[in-house]
Amino acid sequence: MSAQSLSQRMPTQVIPALPERDSASADDAAMVRPYMLTGGRTRAKYPLELETMVSVKEGVPFDGTCDRIEHRAIVEACPAPRSVAEIAVKLGMPLGVARVLVSDAADAGHVTVHRTMSGTDGAEAHLLLMERVLSGLRRL
Amino acid sequence: MSNPARQLAQQQSDSSTMTSAKIVVAGGFGAGKTTFVGSVSEIVPLTTEAMMTDASTGIDDLAATPDKQATTVAMDFGRVSLDEDLILYLFGTPGQQRFWFMWDDLVRGAIGAVVLADTRRLADSFAPVDFFEDRGLPYVVGLNAFDGVLRHEVDDVREALSVEPSVPIIRCDARDRESTKQSLITLVEYAMKQWVAMNESGHR
Ligand SMILES: Nc1nc2c(ncn2[C@@H]2O[C@H](COP(=O)(O)OP(=O)(O)O)[C@@H](O)[C@H]2O)c(=O)[nH]1
Ligand SMILES: [Mg+2]
Repeated sequence: MSAQSLSQRMPTQVIPALPERDSASADDAAMVRPYMLTGGRTRAKYPLELETMVSVKEGVPFDGTCDRIEHRAIVEACPAPRSVAEIAVKLGMPLGVARVLVSDAADAGHVTVHRTMSGTDGAEAHLLLMERVLSGLRRL
Repeated sequence: MSNPARQLAQQQSDSSTMTSAKIVVAGGFGAGKTTFVGSVSEIVPLTTEAMMTDASTGIDDLAATPDKQATTVAMDFGRVSLDEDLILYLFGTPGQQRFWFMWDDLVRGAIGAVVLADTRRLADSFAPVDFFEDRGLPYVVGLNAFDGVLRHEVDDVREALSVEPSVPIIRCDARDRESTKQSLITLVEYAMKQWVAMNESGHR
């Protein structure tokens, strides 16, 4: 089923406006059903692999000001750069949902999605990555 | 926020470009995947529920029929920081064929895979080996010698799994960090060799 036909049947914005709060916990986000959080959107805009790193943009406070609780939850899940998979665990959400939320938070300017060298670059970059991983493993 | 530690963490979190890499750890139930991941991971292996991917209509279906349970499968993963800006993630996943729908997500961009084989239950390794062969993902076979005894010789295992002579088959003890490290090194070296061979033959 296409995203198009889905959006015809679902309102694009299902989340009610929430009162401002000082902090939002992952629990807040978990209370809302995942499919509601994604507002019916089904595809992430960024290439978000399991291992894609996400970090909070400079100047974005860790709590308080993101106006959507699911964005706050993403920001709070990343005290340091974290992978999409780690964020999904932190949020207690399936990966597919976490992907869409990360993508939204990136659109809103709260987080940076780092390039996933293994996924988006060419063969040369993949070899370079393997070389770095190999020497890193040897140093362990 | 005025908390200095948080501000520092925040600056660090966005000051540089991060790079991540991924290795898949496959094998049947009880083959030692979680143990393997845990022996090198700097975090206790996390478990996540991977849902049917967007591509396989997972979220669409879920949104359309909210009461329907999404098919999920538990997946463990661990993290190994290899450099300031380089993190290796290890993803352990059950090898059953019925979960193949989610394997594409796992192998996309992965360096390669370690197939952990319990020598008492070699048949459990058939599905992952088939899958990686099919996708052309470099893999090595790690023989987890549970009671210290290999029930089969490496050559017998190679024959049983119909694994080509070039594919490394190594003995390992998933509980031992050095052993796990060595298995990963063997895999990456092999993956690089494969890469070079493919590129020289003008495959890519
Ligand atoms: N003797 C021995 N026991 C192991 C080894 N690897 C795992 N185990 C044990 O086997 C059991 C299953 O391992 P686990 O990592 O949970 O397997 P998984 O189902 O593949 O994740 C655990 O009790 C481990 O302690 C090994 O290399 N040698
Ligand atoms: Mg396990």
